[in-house]
Amino acid sequence: MATAATAAPTMPRERDWTKPQAMAIPKEGYFTTSQGRYGPIYPQTPACHGFTLIAKIKPGREDAIRAYGKTIEKAIADLPDALATLKLHYLRWVLFDIGKETYFMYQGIFDTDFDKYTEDAVALFTKLGLNTTFENLEGFPEDWKTNAPAFVKFVREHQCPSFLEYGEYPYVTADEIKKALKLKAAFANMLDLMQ
Amino acid sequence: MSVLQQSHRISQDLTKRTDQAVSLDFDDIQHFLMSRPPARAARYEFLAFRSRAGGRAWLTGLIDKVGTASAVGSSALDSRWVTVGFTWNGLQTLGAAEASLATFPEEFRQGMAARAGVLGTTGANHPDHWVGGLASPNLHAIVVLFARDVAERERCRGEHERYVAQCGGVEVLSALDLEAIPPFDCAHEHFGYRDRLSQPAIEGTGVEATPGSGPPIKPGEFFLGYPDEEGPAAGLPQPEILSRNGSYLAYLKMEEHVGAFRDFLRAHGETPEEQELMAAKLMGRWRSGAPLVLAPDKDDPQLGADSQRSNDFNYAKMDPHGYGCPLGAHIRRMNPRDTAVNMNRRKMIRRGGTYGPPLPEGVPDDGIERGIAAFVGCASLVRQFEFAMNVWTNDPNFHELGNERDPIFGTQDGTFDMTIPKRPIRKKIKGLPAFTTIRGGAYFFLPGIRALRYLASLSDGVETKVIGK
Repeated sequence: MATAATAAPTMPRERDWTKPQAMAIPKEGYFTTSQGRYGPIYPQTPACHGFTLIAKIKPGREDAIRAYGKTIEKAIADLPDALATLKLHYLRWVLFDIGKETYFMYQGIFDTDFDKYTEDAVALFTKLGLNTTFENLEGFPEDWKTNAPAFVKFVREHQCPSFLEYGEYPYVTADEIKKALKLKAAFANMLDLMQ
Repeated sequence: MSVLQQSHRISQDLTKRTDQAVSLDFDDIQHFLMSRPPARAARYEFLAFRSRAGGRAWLTGLIDKVGTASAVGSSALDSRWVTVGFTWNGLQTLGAAEASLATFPEEFRQGMAARAGVLGTTGANHPDHWVGGLASPNLHAIVVLFARDVAERERCRGEHERYVAQCGGVEVLSALDLEAIPPFDCAHEHFGYRDRLSQPAIEGTGVEATPGSGPPIKPGEFFLGYPDEEGPAAGLPQPEILSRNGSYLAYLKMEEHVGAFRDFLRAHGETPEEQELMAAKLMGRWRSGAPLVLAPDKDDPQLGADSQRSNDFNYAKMDPHGYGCPLGAHIRRMNPRDTAVNMNRRKMIRRGGTYGPPLPEGVPDDGIERGIAAFVGCASLVRQFEFAMNVWTNDPNFHELGNERDPIFGTQDGTFDMTIPKRPIRKKIKGLPAFTTIRGGAYFFLPGIRALRYLASLSDGVETKVIGK
């Protein structure tokens, strides 16, 4: 039921990875209203899917959040595939102050429409103990582990849609990049063997 | 989910249930998702309550006919194979309190027709084209009548017809008669594929999972009020008496275009063997049921008929590139096994049967509607059924395929493809035709027996006391 919003700007569709592309995004974050299981879906852009969550942290919790960076670092070192479900390219976590209040920014660039794998993400966050970070944010639902809709609502309320995204190699997925690098390595290896 | 036939194994297993950690209330759970009665015919009736009192009166007189899991699963054959479910509008019309109605999940409140965008039921599959009043807000309830044979089904039909007339205030919006199609030696649907090959085993029922199906699934994945794969039951609709032992059902009536399907096989295979292989590539199993992962080149009917072997395979290790079972084949989408995470939270119980006469081989399509009318049973429509439709069935980029949907069951309009991996060069079928069309669907809540009594005994205003604790 992907009905076009009135007078919506059209989304550029060309997906040529050889041609860098920029996309200006309407204020609400999407071009047309396409319904996902948990609400409207944000579009894929030349910089893939992604979100930028900005949330105020509870007073005095900055150190607890910062410490969690080390925890994630170790989790990935021990189990490099730990976050595979999320189909990530990059994560950026930032803490910053506005006046006397501290905010947490969670920026993720990934290859799937987040709506599709919401429950898998919740399960993963539970497994990795990410609650130690999220539960330090104001308004984070206490029953998030068993209440995916409440979790999604928090994410949506704190999502700040981009108004511009750019891709030097637009729409290329992390899997495609890894496949290309594997192929390059295999060719290099083959050429070495032929010496 | 095709024919209605006896499943001796499940019935027998239910009679020797063992004591396990979780104790299921078999006397309260409707039999529908727990056991299959030995039925070869069925009738689904879709009802509208014209008055609150009429709906309650109808339900009151029917409760004793509803088969429980213990009655239908026992060795003594019980003829009460009636199943009753309600839409959210139906619960409202019966008089459930607003506070109670608000505790049901969003997708159930909206109903299946409103979720077409999520499910991908667009184009010819869109609710605008649905038949039988299924997309109507006046659809309030379904009654499923299973019968041993057509004669018994007709007797049940007549009995229910008289009962509805006697109740007043209840209208039959539409009905569908179902019959198993020959040969009756195994369950299969109109395209000829063997069916009922992969059903989850539920912890606490004593039914053992077949090899390759993984451990039994926690009952809370299918029945409300029990621990699920994440832990204790949470977020149940209120009051508890209404939700406990209940399940959600997603109903789909899917027409099968048998003529178009056979034309396609002929167009893509010069010999009968090549045509069989093409049929197998679309499904991921030979029509005998033998999985392509285990029998990639040649059919193996003995394997297809052997439940101890026919599910004993995986994809990631045994067929990562899809040379046996294509990445986009029906069974690889509907159950990606070890190539998806949290599979135990996506399991569903399938029920249903075939409707319409079989189309004999070698005969052109007669234009008569035939297909499958099936139910998916689960504890969360959004997490289980809608996920399967949205991500597995109709996401063109499933497994990074780019422009494909489920070749059998997906919404097809001639613009999607099907890739069949093959050495040295893959085969790509451009513009796959639609072999099926969704003709209707609905979401129902399947209450436990106590919940049915609670609903029948609602009187305006009383139920708010139950909620307000």
